[in-house]
Amino acid sequence: MTTAVVLPTSPPVLLAGHTPGIARPWERPSLVRSLPPETKLVALVGFALVVVAAPAAAWPVLLLAVAGLVAVAVIARVPYGWALRRAGVELPFLVFALLMPIVATGERVQVGPLSLSAAGLVGGALVLARATLGVGAALVLAASTPPHEIIEGLGRLRLPRALVDVLTHMIRFLDIVADDLRRQGIAQAARGDHRSRMVRLAATAASAGHLFVRCVERGERLQLAMLSRGYRGALPPSGRPAATAGEWGRALALPVVVGAVLLAVLVAGSVGPLGAGGPR
Amino acid sequence: MHVPDGFLGVPTSVATGALAAVALGLALRGSRRELGELGAVRAGLTACFIFAAQMVNFPVAAGTSGHLLGGALAVALVGPWTAVLVMSCVLVVQALVFADGGVTALGTNILLMGVVGVGVATLVSYGVTAILGRRGRAAGRPVGRGGVIAASAAGAFVSVPTAAAAFCLLYAIGGAVPIPLGALTLAMVGTHLLIGVGEAVITAAVVGAVLAVRPDLVRLAGREGTPVTAMTLADGTVVLRSAVGGAASGVGASSGDGASGDGADADVRRRAERPRLGRGAAVIALAATVVVAGGLSLFASTSPDGLEHVAGALGFAGSAVSPLVHTPLADYGIAGLGAVGTTLAGLFGVALTLGLGLLVVSGVRRGRPRGAGAVDDQPRPAEERR
Repeated sequence: MTTAVVLPTSPPVLLAGHTPGIARPWERPSLVRSLPPETKLVALVGFALVVVAAPAAAWPVLLLAVAGLVAVAVIARVPYGWALRRAGVELPFLVFALLMPIVATGERVQVGPLSLSAAGLVGGALVLARATLGVGAALVLAASTPPHEIIEGLGRLRLPRALVDVLTHMIRFLDIVADDLRRQGIAQAARGDHRSRMVRLAATAASAGHLFVRCVERGERLQLAMLSRGYRGALPPSGRPAATAGEWGRALALPVVVGAVLLAVLVAGSVGPLGAGGPR
Repeated sequence: MHVPDGFLGVPTSVATGALAAVALGLALRGSRRELGELGAVRAGLTACFIFAAQMVNFPVAAGTSGHLLGGALAVALVGPWTAVLVMSCVLVVQALVFADGGVTALGTNILLMGVVGVGVATLVSYGVTAILGRRGRAAGRPVGRGGVIAASAAGAFVSVPTAAAAFCLLYAIGGAVPIPLGALTLAMVGTHLLIGVGEAVITAAVVGAVLAVRPDLVRLAGREGTPVTAMTLADGTVVLRSAVGGAASGVGASSGDGASGDGADADVRRRAERPRLGRGAAVIALAATVVVAGGLSLFASTSPDGLEHVAGALGFAGSAVSPLVHTPLADYGIAGLGAVGTTLAGLFGVALTLGLGLLVVSGVRRGRPRGAGAVDDQPRPAEERR
């Protein structure tokens, strides 16, 4: 599937949001790629928690986190162009963070012609840094792990079986369904999609309705096929062995190191009283 | 509205995560009844559909665009519990595979879009259908196609700004930067009222399109399709039945399929006549909605200047930098706004609690065994009797 959706008319109504791309960055072998998915998931959540827990006064810890994440991204051989495109999902909240200095309360600072809130400036920068680090870490996972392995990892982390099954079926058909939608968009465009915006929107919504019917019917066919092949409500577990201590160690190295440094900084008290009115 | 990492503190994120986990657990149980046996396939494909439907963008105001959230659409098509499950799955995949929405904010996102959005959409959509159904019964006809479409649109319209208001409430509890709650709520709810209109239009159009082709697939219309089921006969053969075109198909011995097909039709008719929520529940649901909507509109009308402020600050009004320079933005935290904000928060909390309660009640009701006289020959596989 191509990333860019070719619609002969503009502005495009379809597929302006998520587009599962043709790029399969996880096909590049790397040290991170070969780690078991459950270790990477725990590492991601740990890293994000440490980053969110770091107060503004402990900003050097955030710099350390940035350096560590970049190092891991290099080891994982994350394609930069792909990562930048994917990081675009952060944009709406980027605007929100940029507005924080303007709308936040508290002490004002004069920056050029604008009177900005000091707390808003620090807070906006902090939110931006945390959100970017979170997106970056999630992208390292996405770049080094095929989606079905991510779901398998969730199962190994004892997510309820029923939920894992739903996610597995979702991942399995995501590309096909998105491609169905893309083809409907092309068909719609090819049949004279040059009328007013409302007419086009109505046609798009009707296509989406048909997409749902197709999804349900595909699901019914699939259920029948699976039933006739002996499926009785649970997918068989994968035969991969559990992660070793060494694998856990390698995966958790970054969050543990950054977390330990953060803890040391906080305990040493070198950052002063925490949470006393300042941004948390 | 996918909240990234860092907007809410660790305690709030952990708390919302725990709440989301509880809601997801309940949804998993409830959706088993809505989906029937082997529902994972259908839920997975519905999640795919919602994911794809979220790609439909629509213009909101000058330059900005919103995309479908899909909560109300899922409620109308597959029912409330499955909707919570499906929305959660979409959010999990978006966070882990597409880096959309923070990992620590996953609980927050599930709570906002999966639980609050779906819960409010359920209350409104089912409330409107119940009221219309009552009127229709007096006039001697069930809820028509238009009624179902209107109900789903109403649910979609109300659910989006309510989810935005819920975000503001969470931000007030655990936000990283002190922003006046009133200003934040106005900006968020204002924008999301517009997105809500788009959501309502698209939801209505999609529900209408599905009703035209396969009305049995719209659960809000009370005619949910019979899920694929398997039955082991006495001689050991397995009979499969699906709802495709109302036909039955079998593997091995297929005697009795015709009978079960007729039974499915009777089942469909009977369910079409059965009101989805009790009358009392519907009245409470609508009252809660009125309280929420009334609170919101009161909030908006008491401070038009605040709205203008935010519009200017966010640049919707087309006034870029110049008004910002002179506006005394430091006066933003007006005491009156704070009070109204608190009232709103209180009302919202009440409505939310009520909504969750009603959801649980309706789930329990649906699970209750039907009367002995009811014709229910839906085949069930042996596994269910564990």
